[in-house]
Amino acid sequence: MVEQYAQHTGSLKANRLSKIFTNVEGSEMAALNNINFEIKSGEFISIVGPSGCGKTTLLRLIAGLDKPTSGSIELDGDKICSTGYERGLVFQNPKLYPWMNIYDNVAFGLKARSVYKKSDNEVDYFLNLVGLKGFEKSYPHHLSGGMAQRAALARALINHPKVLLLDEPLGALDAFTRVNMQDEIIKIWKNRKATMLMVTHDVDEAIYMSDRIFVMTPRPAKITQIVKVDLERPRIRDSKDFIDIKDNILSIMEF
Amino acid sequence: MEKNKFDWHMAMPLIAAAVTLALHKVIPKNSDILTRDYNWLSILLTSLIIIFLAVIIISFLNPVLRRKYIYKSKFITGEITALCIYNLITLKFNLIPPVYFPYPDRILNVFFEEIDLLATCLLYSLRLLFTGVFFGGIVGVVTGILVGWSEKASYWVAPLVKFIGPIPATVWIPIALVVFPTSYAASAFIVALSMWFPTALMTSSGIQNLEKSYFEVSKTLGAPSYYQVLKIAIPGALPSIFTVFFNGITSSFLTLMTAEMIGVKYGIGWYVNWQREVMAFSNVYAGLIVIGIMCSLVLGIMFKIRDKLLTWQKGVIKW
Repeated sequence: MVEQYAQHTGSLKANRLSKIFTNVEGSEMAALNNINFEIKSGEFISIVGPSGCGKTTLLRLIAGLDKPTSGSIELDGDKICSTGYERGLVFQNPKLYPWMNIYDNVAFGLKARSVYKKSDNEVDYFLNLVGLKGFEKSYPHHLSGGMAQRAALARALINHPKVLLLDEPLGALDAFTRVNMQDEIIKIWKNRKATMLMVTHDVDEAIYMSDRIFVMTPRPAKITQIVKVDLERPRIRDSKDFIDIKDNILSIMEF
Repeated sequence: MEKNKFDWHMAMPLIAAAVTLALHKVIPKNSDILTRDYNWLSILLTSLIIIFLAVIIISFLNPVLRRKYIYKSKFITGEITALCIYNLITLKFNLIPPVYFPYPDRILNVFFEEIDLLATCLLYSLRLLFTGVFFGGIVGVVTGILVGWSEKASYWVAPLVKFIGPIPATVWIPIALVVFPTSYAASAFIVALSMWFPTALMTSSGIQNLEKSYFEVSKTLGAPSYYQVLKIAIPGALPSIFTVFFNGITSSFLTLMTAEMIGVKYGIGWYVNWQREVMAFSNVYAGLIVIGIMCSLVLGIMFKIRDKLLTWQKGVIKW
């Protein structure tokens, strides 16, 4: 398919961002503590860190699903107040709607915003992009984990998001599918040029895919260090530079 | 070749019907039974024999029918055997009180003598049932969506639903009779009420039990609230809604029978009640058989609709 859709991208900026959860007994827990960062348009950022360091909270704040306790996040200079289709989100589990076939799942964003036109072939384009051509009529339970996650990617991409938020998108996949999907996502990123923000547990994955890596540590939850990955793509996982970066990140995470 | 082999299962219903007919013809009726003789059981059994013969012949050409028939043959044989035994202990040997347990011919006779009245009653009941189930179901689903979706509605309406719901619908009969202009409307209201509560409760819990992330995904995709209700809340709650429809319709049958005693002109519940009062038990049994057939037909249609609407569930949930 030669058709090409307009590429959208945007920059993100967080100012003194904090999120404090109050539990039932009334005690407070800082999920995020005074976070500051700037992300340029079209960058691929990974967030790594141990469980409970607020990675997912950060993503939910950017998506607009939660509101920060203090501070703000800006997309292209506009403060984020609620959810919006220009910020797409993909969960670890695909969360496809089981009562819709794959075509309708992917078309959801367009139909929900009443901008769907069958003749635009937009759904077909994105199904093709993620390699799910021919599965339009299938239902989610017919798909394997990797295929379902591709469909979830297509569903998020259909709205031409400026920012794509990925919450451990490959966490539930087996090792082979995972490596495959890493290349898929890079391919999609190069095609769409959107700003990518990916949460992951896997340091290898983060180095393989990202331009920069935010290393987060818990108690208090904050971004301890930002590691720049200046390696040529496609990256070689057992090269010396790669392993050096990995050792560096692991040493930061272990304090 | 295997599929054309004769399976002795296929002959079982035929043999059972033939034996029943032979016993019915050979054994004389008990001398204490003085009611006149009918031919209905003989006719019924003869037609069954003809049908079974036809099915056996066709099933040699139609493997699907053949498989179904072989599967069902034991059940059919059992039913005919039960009929045969009942006929023997009532008509032939008079072992149980004939007033309360009329022999098969007398029950069959009701169907032929009172077919018009039974049909009228059936239509009246179905009309009442459908009016009640339809309005009760719709209002129930709407209430359920409101409570399940909107926090405000949940705050104001949910306690009311929980308070009114558990009160048996039939308790409202005196009030309904005063409020509604006709006894038909009052009965329909009672049936609707017994449908409304379980439907509302299960719809709202069906929505509330849906994974939150389904709604979160839809928000990040830019879906407005009404769209989330239409495309996520309702289809997601549909399995629960169908489950409660089955229960609701069954409990509506029950309410229907009571509701028909409050002065509607016809209806199968009214018929059964009236026949019971005049001790015409063969008519009572005929009425009960009609109720049974009506219930299973209505539920059968509901199952078909569900299978159509919930194809996506196959493979997700075991039925």
